[in-house]
Amino acid sequence: MQHMIKAILLGIVVLAAAFATNFARDLAFQVSAIIVILWAGFFFIREIGKIGNKPEPAPTGYMDDVVRAGVIATVFWGITGFTVGVWIAFELAFPALNLSEWTAPYMNFGRLRPLHTSAVIFAFGGNALLATSFYVVQRTSATRLFGGSLAWFVFWGYQLFIVLAAVGYLLGATQSREYAEPEWYTDIWLTIVWVAYLVVFAGTIYKRKEPHIYVANWFYLAFILTIAMLHIVNNLAIPVSIFGAKSVSLFSGVQDAMTQWWYGHNAVGFFLTAGFLGMMYYFVPKQANRPVFSYKLSIVHFWALIFLYIWAGPHHLHYTALPDWAQTLGMVMSVILWMPSWGGMINGLMTLSGAWDKLRTDPVLRIMVISVAFYGMSTFEGPMMAIKAVNSLSHYTDWTIGHVHSGALGWNGMITFGALYFLTPRLWGREALYSTRLVNYHFWLATIGIVLYASSMWVSGIMEGLMWREVDAQGFLVNSFADTVVAKFALLVTRGTGGLFYLTGALIMAYNLRMTVIGAGNATPKHAATTVPAE
Amino acid sequence: MYSLLRELADSWFMLMMFAFFIGTIIFAFRPGTKESYDRLRNLPLQDDDILIEDESGEK
Repeated sequence: MQHMIKAILLGIVVLAAAFATNFARDLAFQVSAIIVILWAGFFFIREIGKIGNKPEPAPTGYMDDVVRAGVIATVFWGITGFTVGVWIAFELAFPALNLSEWTAPYMNFGRLRPLHTSAVIFAFGGNALLATSFYVVQRTSATRLFGGSLAWFVFWGYQLFIVLAAVGYLLGATQSREYAEPEWYTDIWLTIVWVAYLVVFAGTIYKRKEPHIYVANWFYLAFILTIAMLHIVNNLAIPVSIFGAKSVSLFSGVQDAMTQWWYGHNAVGFFLTAGFLGMMYYFVPKQANRPVFSYKLSIVHFWALIFLYIWAGPHHLHYTALPDWAQTLGMVMSVILWMPSWGGMINGLMTLSGAWDKLRTDPVLRIMVISVAFYGMSTFEGPMMAIKAVNSLSHYTDWTIGHVHSGALGWNGMITFGALYFLTPRLWGREALYSTRLVNYHFWLATIGIVLYASSMWVSGIMEGLMWREVDAQGFLVNSFADTVVAKFALLVTRGTGGLFYLTGALIMAYNLRMTVIGAGNATPKHAATTVPAE
Repeated sequence: MYSLLRELADSWFMLMMFAFFIGTIIFAFRPGTKESYDRLRNLPLQDDDILIEDESGEK
């Protein structure tokens, strides 16, 4: 019966999408509709095949198959996003990489850049958050995921969102809102998927066997709830046609800009910070086999982050039409935000107290620790750049790009790599990773890559900022924009090379994880009967 | 929308949020919590496989 209902619903989706394909007013909408047909059609056929089957016995134990799928998707989208990033980094240095007249409209920096940012933030980071949150909430609640196959809907629905967004960018469907580029139909779909995600996560917490909700779950829940609120408000828009990709924002002028950066900065605060802090509070203690440094500090960290982050958005709009008081408020709140961020960093790093020697032998723990260190560095740099006087130099320059990447590659990327190295042997029942040496290579390639990236962008950004504001004795600007582009060439190449290092490290990780799953090297299968605690 | 938010920001509502925030910190540091926090800190370090067995004898 259940399969019948699902098949009927999916059949309706296929029909509606076919209808939309026929009446589509633009290419992006038409291709999106075809993708929806393929997605829903695949699951329609699968459900049809299950109709009439005897009901299977209710599965027990932790629901780890969806976590495994999430791990695979994280690695896949990570490699994709990093590759696009390296490509566009070199496009800025070598415009010939637009390739031909024919490819340039689709492969230029403007179209590929949102593809890169969405692929790394929402596809790589988002899948990492899905997988780890499902893993962590089950372990710390001592119960199976709530909602049965709803978790699978969340997983596959999220992949559909990613593909729709990516195809839309390449074909020119964009709302031009940073980190919220997908058009209205993709936004509506993500809202549905996100509500299902909230139901699965909150339902699991609700039926937990452990009376206390561990702090990692607080961070995950804050991430899910806040992203829902931000996503819905920022994407309030009216589609021009129900059969077209284009939509018009409900807000206008400076209100529109402020809504966008309220969203944008809190996407950093709650997607890239709160969610990943959930990972930190679980995986760092697990890998170090030490409890978190201070549980009190983690509670203060949580509430301070929640109460302060939401105010910091206006620092993206310094010296614009935004009222001065709002800019100052954003600046002050950003500086205050430094404190909870460093409280969290100390909590993560001090978790290793009494276990620092493990850093010498365990490269996975080293990856996690450098990630927390980068969290500290970028949450110091951020408040500093939010100060108006600094911002007048740094804004619109490469310094901003460098700052974002020391946070994204350093903090988000590294903690995700650490979690993947932790999860893969456990999820596939292996004694250990295929190769510790390869983890070490990954660690050094990624770290050197970030250093190359961040330092070249500091130099480039400060130089660019100084060149833009340089005036001669008569008060005329000295440099044209093209002069700054020429001056940056070597730094842009260095940045691309840093990205190449980072990508190479990730490819080594993918190989290592693949061999672990196969069971080669040290990754011998674990036998349940002989399981003994590691220590 | 703006006037509503302005009203909230200028009134007892902001004080309430501030008081809640301070309250959470005082709550976290209330005396006599060492034992329970020690248990909570160690929550993720318990053996993963033991936890699920609690679930009505399933496994």
